[in-house]
Amino acid sequence: MTIVESALDPRHAIYDYTLPAGEPWLYPIKQGQTFRILDLEGNQAVDTLFYSAADHEERYSATDTIRRQGNLYLSAGSKLMSGEGNVLLTIVADTCGRHDTLGGACAAESNSVRYALDKKHMHSCRDSFLLAIGHADCGLAKRDIASNINFFMNVPVTEDGELTFADGISAPGKYVEMRAEMDVIALISNCPQLNNPCNAYNPTPVRLLIWD
Amino acid sequence: MTLPAIDSQRVLWSESLPAGGHDSFRMRRGNRLRLTDLEGGANLAALFVNYDEKTERYNMADTLKAQHTFHLTTGFVCYSDMGRVLCSITADTLGWHDTVCGMSDAALVRVKYGAASYQSHHNAMYRNSRDSLLIELEKWGLGKRDLVANVNFFSKVVAEEDGKLNFQSGHSPAGSQVELRFEMDTLVLLSACPHPLDPNPQYSAKPLLLEAYRGDPPTADDVCRNFRPENSRGFINTERYYL
Repeated sequence: MTIVESALDPRHAIYDYTLPAGEPWLYPIKQGQTFRILDLEGNQAVDTLFYSAADHEERYSATDTIRRQGNLYLSAGSKLMSGEGNVLLTIVADTCGRHDTLGGACAAESNSVRYALDKKHMHSCRDSFLLAIGHADCGLAKRDIASNINFFMNVPVTEDGELTFADGISAPGKYVEMRAEMDVIALISNCPQLNNPCNAYNPTPVRLLIWD
Repeated sequence: MTLPAIDSQRVLWSESLPAGGHDSFRMRRGNRLRLTDLEGGANLAALFVNYDEKTERYNMADTLKAQHTFHLTTGFVCYSDMGRVLCSITADTLGWHDTVCGMSDAALVRVKYGAASYQSHHNAMYRNSRDSLLIELEKWGLGKRDLVANVNFFSKVVAEEDGKLNFQSGHSPAGSQVELRFEMDTLVLLSACPHPLDPNPQYSAKPLLLEAYRGDPPTADDVCRNFRPENSRGFINTERYYL
């Protein structure tokens, strides 16, 4: 795994916000700006989607990102691709080593399948996504929620075709940083999942920073 | 290996899908769709949508994580984003179908295979799955927003420990078959273009046979329903939707 550190100083960031677990965040990031997600307490999955600010129908595509880099995991150097074949953002620094884009977001309905029918009533990432876009009145709807990135989440795949949600490889203070290659809208759910180790069974806040 | 012949009394329709072709149709709940790779080496990109509520659609992530799998074969089911089962894989002669690598697009086909437009090649033009599925989605009032991660039937891609992907050439011999049982009234959208990671430098789309037939309803000991406890709950969610 490649570890690339950043030279950017948080004191010079133009935006600095701590997002509690279970909360959404919908925010524009301009072309050329650098966006950092900092895992404050470790092993916190950050479910993330990106849309072109100019055209929300152009959005992050997990499959296009995977097939163009020929690799399942995201790390420093990964280009986050849209379905139109354009680079939305490039990961320029990463002290965690790898991030998932297969596992998707938790949802009330998928929790009922994965754990128990009555787990449907636990808070989920998709509820956070829907709450954010429901309030924002920005034209986004459920149709626009596709496969997302799970920063700091560890989803190993085996050669014989198994996939698991494993204990995290992140730790307090690890971060991932990306440069916006076009004006984008970021939609984040700081994951509230309590039924698997993606948040070490203890969802915690993350810090979001932007530099010009 | 081939599946037992379908009782002719039960056949609803049978059509071939030409190499590079695309199609879409409704499959009613309970009916089966058998897919056959006629010549070997086919790839069939597929999307599934709830026919009655088209914002409910196949969800790659939920399908993978609910069944702890990176591949699809007999026993696995295709989950929607609403915790329901759109269709089940009831039989398969191959053991592996991809659902992670997405679809080809116009730029990929042009760079990899060169230009073969309608003007120069007529219906032998090089099609791509993204445009083909977009055409089919638009026929039903859907569009780009509904282009999500698809299944690539008949294709196998394995991942090394560091995540590097390797396409397995020659995975699907002629006559390979996979069979789906629809658990919901489903809009099926298909494109028979090469897999995006197929290293073959020639554009080698292949034809398929599609056979729809009336099957028996799932029994209590059904292989897909009992494959994992998650699937039993997925079937309960699906049955409740139709009560």
